[in-house]
Amino acid sequence: MSDTPPHGPLHAVLDRPNSYIGRSVPRPNVRRLLQGRGNYVDDIRLPRMVHVAFVRSPYAHARIDGIDTAAALNSPGVVAVVTGAELAEYCTPWVGVLSHLAGLKSQPQHAIAIQKASWQGEAVAAVVAETRAQAEDGVDAVQVQWTELPIVADMETALDDQTPVIHPDLGDNLAWQRSFEAGDVDAAFAAGTVVDEEFSFGRHTGVTVEPRAILSSYEPAEGRLTVHHSCQAPHMMQNIFATHLGLEEHDVRVICGDVGGSYGIKVHAYADEMATAALSVMLRRPVKFIADRLESFLTDIHARDHRVRARMAISESGKILGIEIDDLTGIGPYSVYPRTSGIEANQIVNLTGAQYTCGNYRAKTTVVFQNKVPMCQYRAVGHPIATAVTEGLVDAAAAAIGMDPIEVRRRNLIPDDAYPCTAATGLSFEGLSHHRALARLVELMDYDSLRAEQERLRGDGIYRGIGIATFIELTNPSAMFYGVGGARISAQDGCTLRLDAKGNVICTTGVTEQGQGAEAVMAQVTATAVGVTIDKVRVITGDTDVVPYGGGTWASRAAGIGGEAAVQAGKALRENILKVAGIILQAEPETLDIREGRVVDGADGNDRIGLDEVGRIAYYRADTLPKDFQSELVATRHYVPKLFPFAFTNGVQASWLEVDIETGFVTLLKHWAVEDCGTVINPQLVDEQIRGGVVQGIGGALFEHCLYDDHGQLLNGSMMDYLTPMAAEMPDIEVAHVETPTADSELGAKGAGEAGTAGAPAAVLNAINDALMPLDVRLNIHPATPERILAALGTVG
Amino acid sequence: MKPAPFNYIKPSSIGDALAALGEHPEAVLLAGGQSLLPMLNMRLVAPSHVIDIGALPAMNEVSIADGWLRMGALLRHCDLAASPTVAEAAPLLQAAARHIGHPAIRNRGTIGGSLALADPAAELPACLLALGGRLVIEGLDGERVVEAAAFFTGTFETALRRDEILRAVEVPVLAPKYRSEFHELARRLGDYALVGLAAHGQIDNGGVHDLRLAFFAVGDKPALAVAAARSLEGKSLSEANIAAAVALLADDIHPIGQPGYGERTKLHHCGVLVKRALSRMAA
Repeated sequence: MSDTPPHGPLHAVLDRPNSYIGRSVPRPNVRRLLQGRGNYVDDIRLPRMVHVAFVRSPYAHARIDGIDTAAALNSPGVVAVVTGAELAEYCTPWVGVLSHLAGLKSQPQHAIAIQKASWQGEAVAAVVAETRAQAEDGVDAVQVQWTELPIVADMETALDDQTPVIHPDLGDNLAWQRSFEAGDVDAAFAAGTVVDEEFSFGRHTGVTVEPRAILSSYEPAEGRLTVHHSCQAPHMMQNIFATHLGLEEHDVRVICGDVGGSYGIKVHAYADEMATAALSVMLRRPVKFIADRLESFLTDIHARDHRVRARMAISESGKILGIEIDDLTGIGPYSVYPRTSGIEANQIVNLTGAQYTCGNYRAKTTVVFQNKVPMCQYRAVGHPIATAVTEGLVDAAAAAIGMDPIEVRRRNLIPDDAYPCTAATGLSFEGLSHHRALARLVELMDYDSLRAEQERLRGDGIYRGIGIATFIELTNPSAMFYGVGGARISAQDGCTLRLDAKGNVICTTGVTEQGQGAEAVMAQVTATAVGVTIDKVRVITGDTDVVPYGGGTWASRAAGIGGEAAVQAGKALRENILKVAGIILQAEPETLDIREGRVVDGADGNDRIGLDEVGRIAYYRADTLPKDFQSELVATRHYVPKLFPFAFTNGVQASWLEVDIETGFVTLLKHWAVEDCGTVINPQLVDEQIRGGVVQGIGGALFEHCLYDDHGQLLNGSMMDYLTPMAAEMPDIEVAHVETPTADSELGAKGAGEAGTAGAPAAVLNAINDALMPLDVRLNIHPATPERILAALGTVG
Repeated sequence: MKPAPFNYIKPSSIGDALAALGEHPEAVLLAGGQSLLPMLNMRLVAPSHVIDIGALPAMNEVSIADGWLRMGALLRHCDLAASPTVAEAAPLLQAAARHIGHPAIRNRGTIGGSLALADPAAELPACLLALGGRLVIEGLDGERVVEAAAFFTGTFETALRRDEILRAVEVPVLAPKYRSEFHELARRLGDYALVGLAAHGQIDNGGVHDLRLAFFAVGDKPALAVAAARSLEGKSLSEANIAAAVALLADDIHPIGQPGYGERTKLHHCGVLVKRALSRMAA
């Protein structure tokens, strides 16, 4: 089977002589960033700027009996010390719920906590000073009188009668619950061999290289707020700042310049960032807040922390008959605004088993409050859990009936010719390529040889394992993701292209750049669609005063949605340019084309006129054009996916690793990923998205874990103790693609940002279990640390 | 993450440095800064004065005299690792140096800073214990020498008095037929060890003699497994003999657990390290 679909009308717009689609061109910003000339929020210094540092709760749950600010106010350089009640005059509270997650509830959250702190690290007062160091000196001088409150740490007991309720107004600690059932699950489990497993997934976090950062400046004369923000969704934040600070939306300008990584961490309304914006209004001067690494661990959203009890029934012939899951997750004391903390649990219900034909599925998820850092969406939201549960069950079921893990997947993956179709959970699939991807993977990794090597080494007491993980990934979300639930988060995106008088193209887009190369993709698409060389394209992102309204970059949407808006804007601009050129050249515009920045005859490519000349005439010598003609060398187009709520992608990963059964250490030897993100615009950027995603997935599988004690105290909140995955421990990661473009757009691109993270944990845990199979040991705990592996082996108690 | 205000002093002689230490009871010494600067920034320490001894002369020498290898306290980890003299006279130190942090840390960090800080998870204190090393300390009253076994007294605690400066460290030059093994388990390259072992002993006539098994990252200070080592005196390093020694570790070592890594796992890992180190020593 070919990996490339036949060229049809889909690709016509991109199948052009100077196409940049499918080419690994360098990112326009890469030279500047590599020279250390990035301009991040902390690099920006404004006149009269002050710095804020926060007094944070040392307790996971404690009442604020009093805050003595006198000494802090006398500390050198301190400008203001502000409590929650004082700041509430400037910033209204919010509630992180969405109507389509029916029943989800949460307590109103203030920018600075007022009566009590509900997690260790929650801000209870702000100290504003001339320098960050002075602000920290001031923080040290603030005296808070606390009364400790009972702590809800363990999600397993959060709903017990004896457990105190964190927010008495809510009645209990239950944030949300959802049940789902399709087919005849009981009959399925009665008919086959059943495997029963419990999976647990530790809390971890995103650890962006650049921490959260905000510089908010209020101009009282105009009533305008300008916010320099390390953020993924500037228009979303524009709306949120306006709403809660009582400003008009057009009076708020959010600028996302260079952003040093996001991973979903920077797509939420953080209380301390809201407080910084409110302080700038209150103090009428620019206020900067840069989260330091210690407060990042205590305030950046955490993710995962799920316990899933799961069963699968399988027939003797390897047919998956039924799947049942019961998920529990703890989300901290508040559902995070505005995307809520129910989405990960919802994704687990929606995604589990959805790559397979099995129609009998029962799922339940329970989302509870607890006194820990709030949880919310982080790269591949829910996917790593759904995939690890599904694929862990498949491997257990395959072992139970004595079938090869590849074969059992072949027998159950939705056939490549079955699309469009709908999964048991109701997800609509336009077109996936599970079988082509699996075949490519088997070939890439030389599966049979690896199995032979594994067998041979077992004889020498070396335990190596192969882990396979098939998965689907939600990308290009429509308004069904957030908008339908009432969140003011744009699912559509816009792109404006303008030809300048020298024949260059200025591209402004609603999607944002956070280091992944979104600007390169926009430049490639623009250059291709208009017909100019890529060096003639300048891309501007992240400024709400400048760019078309859009959602930003998250949920693997930038290339697929922003890219399509650029395709359409590029077509429109080309048409407009050719109208002008047609008049100048006295030719029909339809007979002309634009290639490499020059207008040519479409039929034979003969050079006619440069775009610089078109620009010169249109802008400076319009007197030479007909009086009834007006040139329009700018075009704006918007795009939102319409045919399907989401553009699902698919992929399969494999891990090859060795377990040292004496130490419990795992050595990763090799990792493969085959994925289908539709049209690949920039192979290098896509591959690095996959690799980076795999690394973050491996982080959750083996290393990263926010460890808490029974008092809700984070025990390892520093870069010394929290183990981010590092290069030396990572395997070589080989990436290959199958391309099934979406017909929802002419570009055909789906997302690729989360596939790596979605599949890697499942592949790694499956490989560990495969390695340990001769020892009759199974382990479903993420991260699989040496101690946990030794415990599973019975070496240590 | 900014330090509390402090005064900075950069003396140009050890005498001036000692005088400054005497004058300011709340002062700390800055050498390579690889531990002190993060501690300052995290406000775990808030000294009145930081006395930068990084520029003191003649404190990074490597020399051999009277059977002892002497290394100045300001010798950087990278230079320790690269020194042919160290490689020949104390291969254990060279093996350990590669495990100290990352290259950037080794380029700045000094051996004296690491020893004086006495982090229980640090590599060099255990090596000194294994090698029977000693520390040369200078105070206003002159110089004194403290055996490594008496120097490390607890977590971040040593026999160094607050008005003294660690001047140099000395270990016996490798004697004939002595061999060293350095093993540590760390989750990631360059991390502090979960647990580590510096082993040193003489292999002669098919038996091991004068064996020292010094563990680090097990408790509040580096610890010698005395019973396990003694059980092997004069014996061959056979699988059975090693296993018998490993079984004695529980009497010798009383590890303190850490989050996600309990004391029993740690003790088990100590045994694995002994087994691996001695198997290699025998090979």
